[in-house]
Amino acid sequence: MNRIRIVKASFVAAWSLIATLSVAATPEEKGFEIAARSDRSDRGFGDSEVSLTMVLRNSAGQESSRTLTIATLEIPDESVGDKSLVLFQTPQDIQGTALLSHAKILKSDDQWLYLPALKRVKRISSTNKSGPFVGSEFAFEDFTAIELNKFTYKYLRDEACGALQCSVVERYPRYENSGYTKQIAWIDTTDFQVRTIEFYDRRGDLLKVLELEDYRKYGKGYWRAQKLSMKNLKTKKSTELIYGDYEFGVGLKDRDFVKGRLSKLR
Amino acid sequence: MRVTSRRCPLLAILLTAITGPVLADDDSSWTVSGNVGLQARMFTQDPLWPGQNPDRLQLSLSGELEFRWRGAEGNQRASVIPFVRLDEIDDKRTHADLREAYWAYEGDTVEVLLGVNKVFWGVTESLHLVDIINQTDLVEDIDREEKLGQPMVNLAMQRDWGLMNLFILPYFRDRTYPGEAGRFRPPVPVDGDNAVYESSEGQSHTDVALRYSHYFDAVDVGVYYFSGTSREPRLILSSDGSRYIPHYDQIGQVGLDLQYTKDAWLWKLESIIRSGFQETFEAAVGGFEYTFYGVSESATDVGVLMEYQYDNRSMLEPLTFSENDLFVGTRLTLNDIQDSSLLAGVVVDTKTSETYFNLEAERRVGSNMVVQLRARVLTDASPGEPSYPISNDDYVQLQFSGYF
Repeated sequence: MNRIRIVKASFVAAWSLIATLSVAATPEEKGFEIAARSDRSDRGFGDSEVSLTMVLRNSAGQESSRTLTIATLEIPDESVGDKSLVLFQTPQDIQGTALLSHAKILKSDDQWLYLPALKRVKRISSTNKSGPFVGSEFAFEDFTAIELNKFTYKYLRDEACGALQCSVVERYPRYENSGYTKQIAWIDTTDFQVRTIEFYDRRGDLLKVLELEDYRKYGKGYWRAQKLSMKNLKTKKSTELIYGDYEFGVGLKDRDFVKGRLSKLR
Repeated sequence: MRVTSRRCPLLAILLTAITGPVLADDDSSWTVSGNVGLQARMFTQDPLWPGQNPDRLQLSLSGELEFRWRGAEGNQRASVIPFVRLDEIDDKRTHADLREAYWAYEGDTVEVLLGVNKVFWGVTESLHLVDIINQTDLVEDIDREEKLGQPMVNLAMQRDWGLMNLFILPYFRDRTYPGEAGRFRPPVPVDGDNAVYESSEGQSHTDVALRYSHYFDAVDVGVYYFSGTSREPRLILSSDGSRYIPHYDQIGQVGLDLQYTKDAWLWKLESIIRSGFQETFEAAVGGFEYTFYGVSESATDVGVLMEYQYDNRSMLEPLTFSENDLFVGTRLTLNDIQDSSLLAGVVVDTKTSETYFNLEAERRVGSNMVVQLRARVLTDASPGEPSYPISNDDYVQLQFSGYF
């Protein structure tokens, strides 16, 4: 009898200790935990290749599109960024133009641009993180800043997001030259994927909203949104990214992500 | 990465049929693309020399086809790119060239490329000093950025410590020069078809080049040695004084290109040491490009460029316009859907105050057309200066190019 009570008592004590601990976890810690769980759900994908169509719309609804291929090589070390290679197919006049990036976490990325008309490889400055990526509503940093340690975090609340339940987490860029003071991300509690991101500009005003839709699960469980829609609330312009099928385990290596390769992609 | 769209099935089938025996491959793919251009040059003055066509408007048409092939395994590729221009005034500007016609095989760390190709080296904007593999297609553009296809055997080796490139160049291409009716020529035309070569082998002299390139953190570096026929000729007046004859000397050239990329700064240097004809001389061009990103809350980037050109060659060597010249320029990039951009600059000779103004702007129209504007103006060129003969050839050029 006594023993049972003691066991029961210690169980209650332990439980309240756990409860206390999780209460003691600051919103910052909880925010990081949620972001880390989301980021790490993607660990180990190795490499991937995907073709996509980028549809740009201006405020009058006029459309123009670009097609491109993105190859990515995962660098397992969380303190180093991934490598990526973007190759343009259309518009025809920029066919063969390619952008090679070696992402860093807090420092500027190393980037090279290949201009096929002159067959020229140019090392370019990557401080322009907030600048538009090829005329779209996506900034360079929106493409590259998915590394966990590029931000600090703060948990806000849980709430419904469509059919799912989401954790709402604020994140603040740690890297230099960001165009944002903060972002608010809705991360679902089932598959831990980012569903919506609000971007706040340097003045702290809401500038853009990104919706990530049509998530598909590939291979061992890597989730990829097949459609990304970015709306700029100030300019009323928008950009949609419509992805084709991702290919994982393509066998890409470090030597596929060197500047000497840029003239050999076509 | 592979591009598998077949834009022109008929041509693709034809090409596969032609190359089938050599490059038989079930999943291999040809792609065909190209462009057609209509170009109008409007000169602001009458020509300076007898024999030049007095028209101030010069129209021409150009066309380029790109056939590209990639083997099923992904490690073989081929390319064939014929180019042609038809010019209403200058019969020497009406010309055709194979820009590319090669086959390449990529191994794990080594690549072999056989055939005709274009290779660009360099970092600066106002002058391309180290670029030497390809001959300049001067009738295309006086900025010397258009190049003729160069036959080569290219062996490339990529290692952790950098990229080594060996070029064996078995055939020399003559520089193209405007004909008698054309602009941008000396008082009498250059007879580009009857050149004289220092080497007894003439155009069959085999040139070689070895280049190392890599990057170390924020520094990109390239260094090479070239031995062979100079791409730049000396122009010697013929005995009857009716034309200039290009003389191509044998040279040895060491070249270095460096770029340091820090924040919005690009610091650039190109330098060569050339020995050969009668002397050894040095030349360099260096400077910076600084970019103001997203000026006044727009998407527009504004770059400021400054470069200094130095060259200590004597009068015995091929003429240069770049002895002690300062280049100042600006680059506007609108970052819009049409990829609008503008590069404008002026090169000032610090000794003679002769100035050369250059503007290049372009913008896409619709999804398949690009409009390009160029303007080039030379001022204060006095008789005796290397650029004096073209001092009446200021022009504005408008070009419409359709891509398919």
